[in-house]
Amino acid sequence: MFSKKFLDKLKEDKATWSKKAEKFKDKKSMPRFFTVSSVDIDDLYTPDSIKGADADDHFEKNINFPGEFPYTRGVHHTMYRSRLWTMRQFAGMGTPRQTNKRFHYILKQGGTGLSTAFDLPTLMGYDSDHSRSLGEVGKCGVAVDTLADMEIIFDGIELDKVSTSMTINSPASILLAMYLAVAEKQGIPFKKVRGTLQNDILKEYIAQKEFIYPPRPSIRLITDMMDYCTKHVPQWNTISISGYHIREAGATAVQELAFTLADGFQYIESAIEDGQDVDDFAPRLSYFFNAHSDFFEEICKYRAARRIVAKRMRYKYKAKDPKSWLCRFHTQTAGCSLTAQQPENNIIRVALQAMSGVLGGTQSLHTNSMDETLALPSEKAVTIALRTQQIIAYETGVTNTPDPLAGSYYIEALTDQMEAEAEKYFEEIESRGGVLQCIEEGFFQQEIARAAYRHQLELEKKDRIIVGVNDFVMENEEIDIPVLKIDPETEKEQVAFVKKIKAERDNGAVQETLAKLREVSKNDGNTFEALYECSKAYASVGEMCDVLREEWGEYVETAAAMKPC
Amino acid sequence: MDILNRFYNNEIRALSRIISYVENRSDGYRDLLAKLYKSVGKSLRIGITGPPGAGKSTLVNCLITEFLKLDKKVGVIAVDPTSPFTGGALLGDRVRINEFSGDNNVYFRSMATRGASGGLTTATNNVTVIYDAFGFDITLIETVGVGQVELDIIDNCDIVVVTIVPESGDAVQTMKAGLMEIANIFCVNKADRPGSGRIISELRQTMEHRKKDDDDWRIPVIPTEAVSAKNIDKLIAKILAYVDFVKTNGMFEIHRRKQIQKQIMNVLLYRFQRDFLESLRGNLQLENIINDIYNGKTNPYSVGDQLYNQFSKAD
Amino acid sequence: MTEQKIRVLLAKPGLDGHDRGIKVIAAAFRDAGMEVIYTGLRQTPDMIVNAAIQEDVDAVGVSILSGAHMTLFPAILDMMKEKGADDIILFGGGIIPDDDKEKLEKLGVAKVFTPGAPTEEAIEFIRKAVKAKNEKDKLV
Repeated sequence: MFSKKFLDKLKEDKATWSKKAEKFKDKKSMPRFFTVSSVDIDDLYTPDSIKGADADDHFEKNINFPGEFPYTRGVHHTMYRSRLWTMRQFAGMGTPRQTNKRFHYILKQGGTGLSTAFDLPTLMGYDSDHSRSLGEVGKCGVAVDTLADMEIIFDGIELDKVSTSMTINSPASILLAMYLAVAEKQGIPFKKVRGTLQNDILKEYIAQKEFIYPPRPSIRLITDMMDYCTKHVPQWNTISISGYHIREAGATAVQELAFTLADGFQYIESAIEDGQDVDDFAPRLSYFFNAHSDFFEEICKYRAARRIVAKRMRYKYKAKDPKSWLCRFHTQTAGCSLTAQQPENNIIRVALQAMSGVLGGTQSLHTNSMDETLALPSEKAVTIALRTQQIIAYETGVTNTPDPLAGSYYIEALTDQMEAEAEKYFEEIESRGGVLQCIEEGFFQQEIARAAYRHQLELEKKDRIIVGVNDFVMENEEIDIPVLKIDPETEKEQVAFVKKIKAERDNGAVQETLAKLREVSKNDGNTFEALYECSKAYASVGEMCDVLREEWGEYVETAAAMKPC
Repeated sequence: MDILNRFYNNEIRALSRIISYVENRSDGYRDLLAKLYKSVGKSLRIGITGPPGAGKSTLVNCLITEFLKLDKKVGVIAVDPTSPFTGGALLGDRVRINEFSGDNNVYFRSMATRGASGGLTTATNNVTVIYDAFGFDITLIETVGVGQVELDIIDNCDIVVVTIVPESGDAVQTMKAGLMEIANIFCVNKADRPGSGRIISELRQTMEHRKKDDDDWRIPVIPTEAVSAKNIDKLIAKILAYVDFVKTNGMFEIHRRKQIQKQIMNVLLYRFQRDFLESLRGNLQLENIINDIYNGKTNPYSVGDQLYNQFSKAD
Repeated sequence: MTEQKIRVLLAKPGLDGHDRGIKVIAAAFRDAGMEVIYTGLRQTPDMIVNAAIQEDVDAVGVSILSGAHMTLFPAILDMMKEKGADDIILFGGGIIPDDDKEKLEKLGVAKVFTPGAPTEEAIEFIRKAVKAKNEKDKLV
């Protein structure tokens, strides 16, 4: 990219510059120059900051054109000039009826993508009438107990006309089974059903902790479902390999990058071991990253992710279909960066984070609402969040050309550095016996806890400033934005509904399908098919999960994994 | 109601408070202990020790389950290290015993070493006395497990189970001699992992060589999988067999008598030390003394003689 | 010559698994010289109060981000009363709106910390509250 001669001369000039800059060294506008992940940043970036930049094929090998291997500059040739990212706002709360209303509203506004949030009992595989669900029903999302709820959520929505994303992990197969059962009732062939499941159980053990079963049977659930989808539901994205929650738990950008991709490679290896062809399933894998506050570090993270995935898929897993090489990803702004103090400032944080996601080439984006540290988002806050994306898309001009920051010495150097740091983590994970072993030993969890605690100490020492929290504080601040409350009647209503369904359905059929599920879970056979039959008989999420709990046991974190740091 | 009455009324809160008084050496703790000593001698004290990551907590959890099946009341003491720099501690051993929450036959207490270096806390022995008096048939004691041989366990237990995992090969090599000294039973946990066969046969060989004569206890090496509770029944059977063995040959009693002797010494040493330091308080000009020694004017021995003489005269 | 340490039990009640905050608090309390018993995720009020009694802690801290705080805090308080352990200080944190915070503090939660509160503030609060409590029940 740069001639050797030029770089040699540059080194001399840079030394001269450094001497001149020396006299300003004691004057510092900030206590420390480091990223939000505590990576120290050099005084200045120049062409020689990019390693190997004197090689003739450096551009082709490392940067190249958008839509060309290794896809550093984006997965499409024209990026947002052809098609903007999908503005996919995650929603769902209360009863199925309320969510159905919301979905109809979204579709009426011209939306084609639905994104479903489920409540904690559903995510943890408990029915609304379970004692552990008390106080949690319909709070963080919609409650789903049986197929009857799914029928209500998608009442009047033709499933071949929308793409639906479902944020669920341990019971993901069950929710997909129910969704397909609704499609069948609507007479829609599975070939036409489109959508995405989060279904990333590994990051649950690492970060979000919404797990039910131990890792090995959990992975079987996933590979069984991947196999079923390859054969019957070809347009379904089976896993969204998620770094978002890893980052929210306190990880650095490099940890988010490395641990997420390591998880992804683990799924790929499991499916290959299961006898599946990499090019059969890999094109439907996608990723999900966080957009945190360090603008450039985030952009470099996305660029590094694309390059790492492309190289691994092509060279290590021998994928031949270029679609298998792509790291397509969804991005969400960082909930953990938002402050309860002066909450309106969060609008600006979200805007800048969203901008980094767009400059990093995301395929879809969720922007957080300013009030999330106070409660579930109000309608007004959700609207502002969506408008933020529209302003970026239509007013700022950042969509005019793909990867506009390519070639910036800083961006390229930091992208390379993050790739190298991630590779170091891959080696360490491998030397510790792989992802599952690292989860059990608490390696990821402790790395993340350490980073989270360091971040907190940096804040308390004021090495790092968060506006409104540890500086620029407003005394006696009165918060005057509307805060949403969930009606306590929601829980009662949902509990009554699940009880009614359980009384009215054909309980003989339920017992029969559950017995079949038990049989399959103990032996070979596809668990997804069994779950599909249970769902059609109106067996509940809790009942299906209980069968698998009894057969597979429940996962309890090891003491090492729980250790604060 | 008086705390001892509440204690003998099986009130958990009273038990917990008494442990705190003893651990904190609150005023009057010695009188409390003295009274409790009237009703002890029945509890069997089992120590669990081993290198980090050997699954001690999981094993303790399995042992609780098995002893409950035998209708025993179980008290657990789990020890974690106190930071020498901050004095704080993270006590994380409780995480595995949630399933027993609400079962009155299980009691679990997390303790920090508070400066002790032998793998337990100084109060351990006293807490075993309290457990005994409260009526726990079994006392399980889990050591810190920081990768050194934790000898204090011998002075506080009737039987020591050393647990290791196939991966602790290196740790075992460096700790070997010490572990051999303290183990009555070896337990190779996570025995489904690669490398377990080798470590089990190695240990068995070593144990065979170690036997003094044919009548000596043959230290068993038991492969377990604590996560699935595999072979825990065998472990319990060996524990009970060991107790039978040492009760028959008299070693059980000899061991307990030795522990009592040690306990007396500890009580005395603590009092002497405390009283001695107390007597110095306020009139010890340590800085001056250090200066004098540093400058060669005197030496630690002469200073020691002088301070000791002062103390014994004052008495 | 007593050798008393502040003992605190930290737990996550309910179903949500976000443990970043509570782990940071656990590390900060430890570094402030306290003995911290962390019992982990998905603790029922029953488990929390039983553990608090067995461990004879001075204070119990819980973190709730799921919105179930108006169910879980009162359940823990009730359980404490039922078991005669309501002298133990209950404090907490999470995503808790101001008016709920006021209600909870009226119900008997000693203090509810909202996001962004420095760990030093929580440490100071616990030290003061435990000191006051110990003066109240000089024991034996």
